[in-house]
Amino acid sequence: MPGRRLALALALVLTVTVVPPGAAPAADPPDIIIGSVIPLTGALAQSGAGLRVAQLLAQDLVNGHVSYPLPMVGKSGLPHLGHARIKLVFADSQGKPDQARAAAEQLITQEHAVALIGCYSSSTTATASQVAERYGIPFLNPDSSAPGLTARGLKWFFRTTPSDATFAENFYQFFADLKRTKKVSVKKIAIVGEDGLFGTGASDAEEQLAKKYGYDVVSRIAYTATTTEVNAEVQKVKAAAPDVIMMASYLPDSLLFMRGFKDQSVQPKAIMAQDAGFIDPNFIRTEGKDAEGIFTREVFSLDIKYRNQSVPLINQLFQQRFADKPLDGNTARDFMGVLVLADAIDRAGSTKPDAIRTALQKTNIPGNLTLMPWKSIHFDATGQNVGGVGIIEQIQDGKYETVWPFDVAVREPIWPMPVWTH
Amino acid sequence: MDALTTFAQLLAGGVLTGLVFALVAVGLTLIYGVMDVVNFAHGEFLMLAMYATLGLALLGLGPLLGLPLVVVAMFLFGIIVYRVFVRRLLAGPPEATVFGTFGLLVLLQGFAQSAFSSDFLSVPNPPFSGTIRFGGLAVAQANVVEGCGALILTALLFAFVEYTETGRAMRAVAEDRIAATLMGIDVQRVNGLAFGIGAGCVGAAGALLMLSYPVYPTAGVPFALTAFVVVALGGFGSISGALVGALLVGLLEVFGGFYLSPELKMVPVYLAYLAIVLLRPQGLLGRR
Repeated sequence: MPGRRLALALALVLTVTVVPPGAAPAADPPDIIIGSVIPLTGALAQSGAGLRVAQLLAQDLVNGHVSYPLPMVGKSGLPHLGHARIKLVFADSQGKPDQARAAAEQLITQEHAVALIGCYSSSTTATASQVAERYGIPFLNPDSSAPGLTARGLKWFFRTTPSDATFAENFYQFFADLKRTKKVSVKKIAIVGEDGLFGTGASDAEEQLAKKYGYDVVSRIAYTATTTEVNAEVQKVKAAAPDVIMMASYLPDSLLFMRGFKDQSVQPKAIMAQDAGFIDPNFIRTEGKDAEGIFTREVFSLDIKYRNQSVPLINQLFQQRFADKPLDGNTARDFMGVLVLADAIDRAGSTKPDAIRTALQKTNIPGNLTLMPWKSIHFDATGQNVGGVGIIEQIQDGKYETVWPFDVAVREPIWPMPVWTH
Repeated sequence: MDALTTFAQLLAGGVLTGLVFALVAVGLTLIYGVMDVVNFAHGEFLMLAMYATLGLALLGLGPLLGLPLVVVAMFLFGIIVYRVFVRRLLAGPPEATVFGTFGLLVLLQGFAQSAFSSDFLSVPNPPFSGTIRFGGLAVAQANVVEGCGALILTALLFAFVEYTETGRAMRAVAEDRIAATLMGIDVQRVNGLAFGIGAGCVGAAGALLMLSYPVYPTAGVPFALTAFVVVALGGFGSISGALVGALLVGLLEVFGGFYLSPELKMVPVYLAYLAIVLLRPQGLLGRR
């Protein structure tokens, strides 16, 4: 039967191509395995593809000899470990919490990863990091922003990205700066967020900080992201007549709200968005000039005034490897994440989990040695990087322009936002 | 803003929302009525129709111009799916159609994801993006067009089933498949037609929905979920029931969202659903 012969041939090919680990020449120190759990298939596969390229680029720069003003880059591996090379091994989370857990388990037990990195979406990071905690393996999260991730009392969890709480705080700092420079006043805030981990975390942070900074929350709305209409939600916001609406939404729902606000002439001074739907390429494309004046927080932008001259160079290398697509907030953070791990493993001078964890706790990378707009990378007792800052962009002339912090901004903020044109 | 204006605005929003739901639900109820098959892949048919509409729009045939083409394409697609797939399921045990159409759902979502990626896509510069105002009320033009589409579609389908020869054959098959066969009705042909027409309806729905929604591989899921509730409320197989059920769901959702709380907007909907299932299991306008 030809079918069986084919299967046999396939089995043979598979056996020959799967080379057992440890086949490298004996002279070199063994590669240091870092396990990466990211979505390679499923709804988030596209994002995952970019993250993979960014992480591999960081790996190759660490193992290479070309120097950039970035930690651990260009030293031909990790000097304190006999120039051992780092090697990323990927496992697919499919964007699903249960798969992320299985992937983390596999990387630890079968690949013998000395540390894990991942996982992009907050819900998958939550489960994968639990596995690392159970096995006592350091877990570095470069890219999930749900505030609760560092509130779980985990000992092996480190997060380099600022959380949504930091981004929410940035909104209020932005208002304070505007008050100082432009004498604008904001009092009443409406908080609208989808009811998943992302929206709830962002909205909670916004609400708590409003109290701390002395603003009135006149309306707080949670809705299901997959809703097909937002009539009641829009009327609620309208009745509350807020100065500012803070939004945490994915794309389809962000469009429904924009549509509703416009139709019902809900006219705040500003709409402040927690990225997601509001930075989807389709947002501006669909909204056209209705998108003008929308503020959104971001983690990274190629346009800001950089303190690190390697940003355009790294961007160029990334584009060469990724179909000409530029670095974005996610890929830049994942790139940095691998460097932070490499730096810690090198300082540990060992691949023992305990030593790596201790080194991570002592991480201290100044902001100008990163691609990010951050002040620094060093972790507090919960594992949160306390040097993280976001930026605020505003849609001006159909483009996202950085308007805050003022020292890296490329444009002046437009305040209040334009009146809806009907 | 006085309470009365808000009430009227919510009423208008609820009715239009209901009509959008009806748009998706009529095709589902037709297929169920004739074949006793709950097509779990209904939302995925909708999603395919939305992608087809987008494709035509990118070629210059905007959502409404492309609508007839999408309807025809989905009609043919429905017939093919019936001939190749559903027909075989019907020959098996009753669960076969449940698992079979659910499998189709997974397959079509996976196909869409690999073919079109998981990005959100929408029609560039869609028509009817303005707002209609009268008094203190404001409604989106696109929603009005979608609502009118739903009314026309429901009316056409109702007239077809009630007054044409094929429609009568469909009702006969729905009532008693064996008797219909004995009367010389080609049940396979009628079933295929019903499946095709159901798919054609969802094709029209997809074309209209592209006026105001983006498409992505799971875009059909929220609509299909509501459509199942609508069809159960209105009565499985009843076309006018689908319209009534859809309006009820739309109004309950919008009013519940405002007067209770947005977090609780689905509670009245599912309470009504529970009540109907317990007290009148055949649905509001369904027959026993």
